[in-house]
Amino acid sequence: MSTTATSPQPGKPQAGTPPRAEERQQATSEKPVTWKVPVLLSALGIVAFIFFGLMGPNQTARFGLSSSGDFFQLPALEVPGFLGGIVLSVIMLGLAGYAVYLKTKDQAAPRWLPIAFIVLFVAAFLIWVVGGARTPSISLAGLIAGSVTLAVPLVFGSLSGVLCERVGVVNIAIEGQLLGGAFTAAMVASMTRNPFIGLLAAAVAGAVVSMVLALFSIKYLVNQIIVGVVLNVLVSGVTGFLFSTVMQADKATFNSPGRLPIIDIPVLSGIPVLGPILFKQSLVGYLMYIAVIVVWIGLFKTKWGLRVRAVGEHPQAADTMGIRVNATRFWNVTLGGAIAGIGGSFFTLVAIDSFTKEISGGRGFIALAALIFGRWNPIGAFFAALLFGFADNLQSIVTIIGTPVPSQFMAMLPYLVTVLAVAGLVGRSRPPAASGIPYVKG
Amino acid sequence: MTDQTQPHHPDGNPSGPDADKHEADKHDTDKHHTDKHAADKHDAGRPHTDKPHADRHHAPKPADEETAAVVSLDTAGGAMGPSAVPATAQSGKIPGGPETLVRRIFTGSGTVSVLAVLLALILGGLLIALTDKQVGATASYLLARPTDFLSAVWNAATRSYVALFQGSVFNPRGGGIGGQFAPLMETLTIATPLITAGLGVALAFRAGLFNIGAQGQIIIAGILAAWTGFALHLPVGLHLLLVLVAGIIGGAFWGGLVGYLKARTGAHEVILTIMFNYIALYLLRYLLNTPAFRRPGESNPISPILDPSAVYPQIFGSQYRLHLGFLLAIAITVFVWWLLNRSTVGFEFRAVGANPKAAQTAGINVSRSTILVMAIAGALAGLSGVAQVAGTEKVLTDGVAATYGFDAITVALLGRSTPWGTFAAGLLFGAFRAGAVQMQIQTGTPIDIVLVVQSLIVLFIAAPPLVRAVFGLNPRRKKPVTAGKSKTAATTGGAA
Repeated sequence: MSTTATSPQPGKPQAGTPPRAEERQQATSEKPVTWKVPVLLSALGIVAFIFFGLMGPNQTARFGLSSSGDFFQLPALEVPGFLGGIVLSVIMLGLAGYAVYLKTKDQAAPRWLPIAFIVLFVAAFLIWVVGGARTPSISLAGLIAGSVTLAVPLVFGSLSGVLCERVGVVNIAIEGQLLGGAFTAAMVASMTRNPFIGLLAAAVAGAVVSMVLALFSIKYLVNQIIVGVVLNVLVSGVTGFLFSTVMQADKATFNSPGRLPIIDIPVLSGIPVLGPILFKQSLVGYLMYIAVIVVWIGLFKTKWGLRVRAVGEHPQAADTMGIRVNATRFWNVTLGGAIAGIGGSFFTLVAIDSFTKEISGGRGFIALAALIFGRWNPIGAFFAALLFGFADNLQSIVTIIGTPVPSQFMAMLPYLVTVLAVAGLVGRSRPPAASGIPYVKG
Repeated sequence: MTDQTQPHHPDGNPSGPDADKHEADKHDTDKHHTDKHAADKHDAGRPHTDKPHADRHHAPKPADEETAAVVSLDTAGGAMGPSAVPATAQSGKIPGGPETLVRRIFTGSGTVSVLAVLLALILGGLLIALTDKQVGATASYLLARPTDFLSAVWNAATRSYVALFQGSVFNPRGGGIGGQFAPLMETLTIATPLITAGLGVALAFRAGLFNIGAQGQIIIAGILAAWTGFALHLPVGLHLLLVLVAGIIGGAFWGGLVGYLKARTGAHEVILTIMFNYIALYLLRYLLNTPAFRRPGESNPISPILDPSAVYPQIFGSQYRLHLGFLLAIAITVFVWWLLNRSTVGFEFRAVGANPKAAQTAGINVSRSTILVMAIAGALAGLSGVAQVAGTEKVLTDGVAATYGFDAITVALLGRSTPWGTFAAGLLFGAFRAGAVQMQIQTGTPIDIVLVVQSLIVLFIAAPPLVRAVFGLNPRRKKPVTAGKSKTAATTGGAA
């Protein structure tokens, strides 16, 4: 996320394809700097000062950094609730003030400013929530590890979205791809007694859902959003139907997939905080990191990626250069579906070892939000998905430690943040120009 | 998403590099048009421009910005305007030259709709048969006696569909006329919120907006309407009126908020509405746990029952759930038809939906239209919320919206976003919903089959060439759309 002013203009190349120098100059010199970011930051800063600072808790919030299995122990971080809130919110107000000052001089706030602000805001919020809880102590390491775990399907889903949208096909069907992957993984893994085959089958299922999307949107030119919405319903119906008829009838044969083992890399997994995140994951978890890196390199550093982006930005030009637009689109969308399918297998092969109706629970839509939040960039989408996973995990943890904030509001938080992000901080972030528009060769 | 780069700028004043870009675009497209006319090609398309052009696939001479307004003028006359759904929702144009009347009847959109329903039912039936025990048993000696297998397939599918029909329209085993038509009453009851919410979605479609947020709008409307219904105690008549107003305001606010954010910040309405659905749901769950909403002495999250003065009267007496909301839904359908086809505001909506740039040029305030259409769409969905709390359920629970908000999308799509089409689609899906319950009880076929059939119907209706191909009705037996063309692109593209 960056400010409106430094964000690429609509119609200009954007994150990942660095804007040319003269465009950047244009962006800062000609486009009027809006009040949006300074005002938003100031408002949030005042909210933080009043709630997290002045009305801050009196207890000391304790954040555990190590778990007992780590090979060296870090001392727990202890922050006095009231003082911590005041200090952090004053810094936030300072940042907001700086943004206002820059605005008065007609300069845009630098890119790091909103990000630093958000980090501080989250920290102050954490201190506030934990400090006000009945037991003012949480394991930060556990919180972060849990966030990554919850983010796994989101990351796969948003990568699928990135691949599809970058090539010019809007993918609302992420939810359906996740659900299809989850169902197929459970079914095939149960029947073959091998979760790895289940994982493969999940990728195939996601790809099949995607192929329907591609077929209808590319060949029959049906509006892509409509196909996506309808596909979600279709997959939900088919999996629900087969769950009720086939899986329920014989759980042992059809719905007991077993779990993918957690692969623990010795020594490295003992590093506090980072160890469990990076070196103590299931196969799906490791695949997530690989997928993010591979997709990023593929899209921005290879010939293939250049072609994909060309098709998504200007299919006519791509066609003129001899790129097969619709074929490129078809196979990219299919690949995206396969990736989302793998993400779906997380639900039934890692999180729980059985399928239930609607097990994806709307996470496909969150992945969609993460994709936009992350500005159609694999790395950005990854961090956005982490943020959602964090909010999701925080919600369940604070419910356990007993905070004054109703759990429903905690659950609402990621969605509110998305609205703020989409409407405010991200601003007019620009999707690939041809996204959603079928290509008909004239 | 498709249209982040709306022509309406937040400050209403395209300046700086933006304007340059638009200039460039325009120039570019002008050039295309000249090329096109020169080459006498049908439609070069402009995939790189900001907005898919609604008229691309059905208007014979598509569209520079100015003619789009004329196109929308054309449609002002009839409810069956060409742009049911914006942009490319319309599937590919029907190729081929002059057609005979007979062929036109068989390839027309009405026939396609019927065939799409038929095809969806057939596929749904196959899915039912696939999981049927009898079918499985006969499949083991398929080659020896294929007739057994086929009749088992037929029986499995028809048994379910007959139960579906009996549960939704007419049950011959019901006691007396009243009992026999009880399923129909249930269908109409369930159709009521589907119709109004579907109209909300359809209206937004016509203005080029994807309102996925009917679910949230129903919830917010339900919250306000229910609270008005059980917390205030007012005389008969006034109370119901106030409940109705509260629901409409709630829905309009929730929808209008999305319109406002979209108009002011350019955020995409699909994302906003999805997020607002969740926010509304969690808000409802929170409220149901507060003393203001939780029924006294109840540990479950359920509100008090609405006052008798606050609920819709039942039309055919107390043995049916059918309530006044259904008649209201009919009236609302008429209203939406009038709004879209006879009013200035509706014309503006359609103009914006057909081509926002042209609309802007013609002096229509696109931002205002966006906010207004979302508010009205929200209000329509809000009526569904009222129908739920003041008609069908009479209490507020966290399942108040069920899946009506999402079903409304398919209803609007099936109805091709025309008011009466949506009405009919609402009735059809209401019948599916009502019948599915009976079907599950009688034959054990899970309700989910309805989702499958519904989504297949919409998918097929959106792709007439596919349906025509399946039933062998394609004009001139030619591959309808772009198939195969990209191959030539690959071979000639480099040289071109």
